[in-house]
Amino acid sequence: MILSLLWTDILVWGLLSVLVVLGWGASRSAQVRQQWHTIFKSSIAMASVIILLFYIIFTLLDSVHLRFAVESDKGKNGQVQYTEIVSILDLIFAHNISGTERTYSAPFAQHEYTKSIVVDEHGVTKQEYLPLKHVSRTGETLQTSFIAVITGLTISMVLIFVHILWRSKTGFKEALRETIEGRTALPWRTAYVTMTLLIVLFSWFYMLSFDYHVLGTDKVGGDVLYQSLKSIRTGVLIGILTTLIMLPLAILLGVSAGLFRGWIDDVIQYLYTTLSSIPGVLLIAAGVLSMQVMMNNHPDWFESTLERSDLRLLFLILILGITSWTSLCRLLRAETLKISQMEFVTAAKAFGVGKLTIIRRHIIPNLMHIILISVVLDFSGLVLAEAVLSYVGVGVDPTMHSWGNMINQARLEMAREPMVWWSLFSAFIFMFILVLAANLLSDRVQTVLDPRNKS
Amino acid sequence: MFAYILRRVIYAIPILIGVNLITFMLFFMVNNPEDMARAQLGAKQVTPQMIETWKEQRGYDKPLFINPDAKGLSKVTETLFMKESLKLFTFDFGISDSNRNIGLDIKERMGPSLAIALPTFMIALITNISLALLLVLFRGSVLDTSMMVVAVMIMSISGLFYIIAGQVLFSKMWHWFPISGYESGWNGIKFIILPVMIGVFAGIGSGVRWYRSIFLEQINQDYVRTARAKGLSEIRVLFGHVLRNGMLPILTGVVVVIPTLFMGSLIMESFFGIPGLGSYTIDAINSQDFAIVKAMVFLGSVLYIVGLILTDISYTLFDPRVTL
Repeated sequence: MILSLLWTDILVWGLLSVLVVLGWGASRSAQVRQQWHTIFKSSIAMASVIILLFYIIFTLLDSVHLRFAVESDKGKNGQVQYTEIVSILDLIFAHNISGTERTYSAPFAQHEYTKSIVVDEHGVTKQEYLPLKHVSRTGETLQTSFIAVITGLTISMVLIFVHILWRSKTGFKEALRETIEGRTALPWRTAYVTMTLLIVLFSWFYMLSFDYHVLGTDKVGGDVLYQSLKSIRTGVLIGILTTLIMLPLAILLGVSAGLFRGWIDDVIQYLYTTLSSIPGVLLIAAGVLSMQVMMNNHPDWFESTLERSDLRLLFLILILGITSWTSLCRLLRAETLKISQMEFVTAAKAFGVGKLTIIRRHIIPNLMHIILISVVLDFSGLVLAEAVLSYVGVGVDPTMHSWGNMINQARLEMAREPMVWWSLFSAFIFMFILVLAANLLSDRVQTVLDPRNKS
Repeated sequence: MFAYILRRVIYAIPILIGVNLITFMLFFMVNNPEDMARAQLGAKQVTPQMIETWKEQRGYDKPLFINPDAKGLSKVTETLFMKESLKLFTFDFGISDSNRNIGLDIKERMGPSLAIALPTFMIALITNISLALLLVLFRGSVLDTSMMVVAVMIMSISGLFYIIAGQVLFSKMWHWFPISGYESGWNGIKFIILPVMIGVFAGIGSGVRWYRSIFLEQINQDYVRTARAKGLSEIRVLFGHVLRNGMLPILTGVVVVIPTLFMGSLIMESFFGIPGLGSYTIDAINSQDFAIVKAMVFLGSVLYIVGLILTDISYTLFDPRVTL
């Protein structure tokens, strides 16, 4: 078994470690701690963060890619043969990957969605629903569900117990009572309830996924639950990594335009006016089209289809980042102009403090709220944009699992009677929960951090 | 005023040149005319002669930015970039890679695009502002808070969902409207109602939130307190003072959009089979037709810049403090 990380995996884990370091550094400032404390005082924000954490855990599980050595093929020239690249999430859902059906089937269905022509033992041709191959017919659904719910509850109880033990200062009993009565400083009760719900739901779906296709199957018989879970990584990556690309550009250019003025300011203003005057979708489309041509001309850049779709995702994120830094840059420039006029900056200059130190100590900290607000605000927009871009044909690779691709494929089946609704439904629900959580959190962050809301 | 507009138009020129430069670089860094010709003419039975004429018709036979064969100033002017850009500035879009007159196509398709985009824009503007005013009137009440939750939910749902759900409900199940298609004149109205309705509804969440925050910012101002102190009713305060003063931030966001309405909506038009500029663009993207994409990028940028200028002009009309 060897680790075989894709480019986006490296970026995800790199970003995570940077965030951990930054978070640790920021948590030493009392003011920052106070702000985040205020943000999480709202139980809506707390619940949203728990939901987002779940999505992030799935992203991370899907961002560790492995290859396994194949035992039988070792002989020939002493080289070890490896299997396809799979992620940890693929391993967890291995039974769903191998258990594909022939075509559509509804959630929890026992037979296929369409009738097939069969010839029975008497030679009579009939049309009937063929039974699904990978569905158990023992009828022990209730029993499995019961075990699943109990398992889920046990896991979350243990987690909650450990957490209460960890944060309790006055003793476990007192802490437990405070939590149940909702008297804790932060709404831990909401957090625990949300977490328990999610864990129980997942364990129920997971246990049943051995016996059924919980959310049905798609046109070529792929399991929709597995596809929806795989799509999480695509959506979250586009939402997070794009801002990662955009931030340095926007901060660097915005701050230098506001601070240095003169021709630097003119050039940067020209740059972002030009970029922002091009209609967004068209600029992205133009970028993706030329990227496609470039990748067709360089087939040596990737070995497998997985690596190709990963590279394409990376380029898409790059293009999205390059096209979306302009509005934040404009905001940061204006704010820097304002800050650099203030007395404390003038005082620092008078003391002979260097430009870089002024930026680091005085300007960036005062821009932080704008940056944070725009990061959480952009996230949900980008997740939704992925679906639209995939529909237009300039999104992620068609072979990649994404909500946009799921919607795009299922859309063609609308005319069928009865409707094939489960693919669309699952994609929209998974997307809706993520975006709703992000929107609710961003609302809270905005109310707390925006100084205009102080009144 | 006139001098101001003239200055703004002159400022627009370098921006448009920049726009052209970006599209050119994006396409020709990786694409070469030889391959494009081959792709459009079909791989089989292509003589070098055919490729040459195809390239010559579109001006693709010239070098990109600098022509080493020419002398003097024409070193720069006798190039693909200069020729194409100059043509765009006179709104001559030339012929597409698949031999269609782009200018004519655009003229033909502007109507259907506007037929969807304009009603959507107007109705959305009126509904969003009235709903926002209603919420501000009952601010802090159960109605306000619950509507704000609904608004967040509406904006968290993908726009594609509204279109698909609308088509399934209103066209497939209830047969109120045709599922897609277009007809000009009054007969076509049955094709327009559903996309307009969906367009308005999909934007209601973010729209109402935005207008509400604008009005709430006004309502804490001193002049509102004075108006109330004079004994004006809350309704009079809202419509006579808050709405009028809220016009300025609203104008900034709204006027910019008006010219770009011509471009139509990509998703809406392609789902409802409307032969407008949005679906034209999607088709061009799917068939990788560079000439059309370039023309649409240029047109979109021009319209955006026109929108910016119109915004400034509208300020002078609505805010007596602003003079150009």
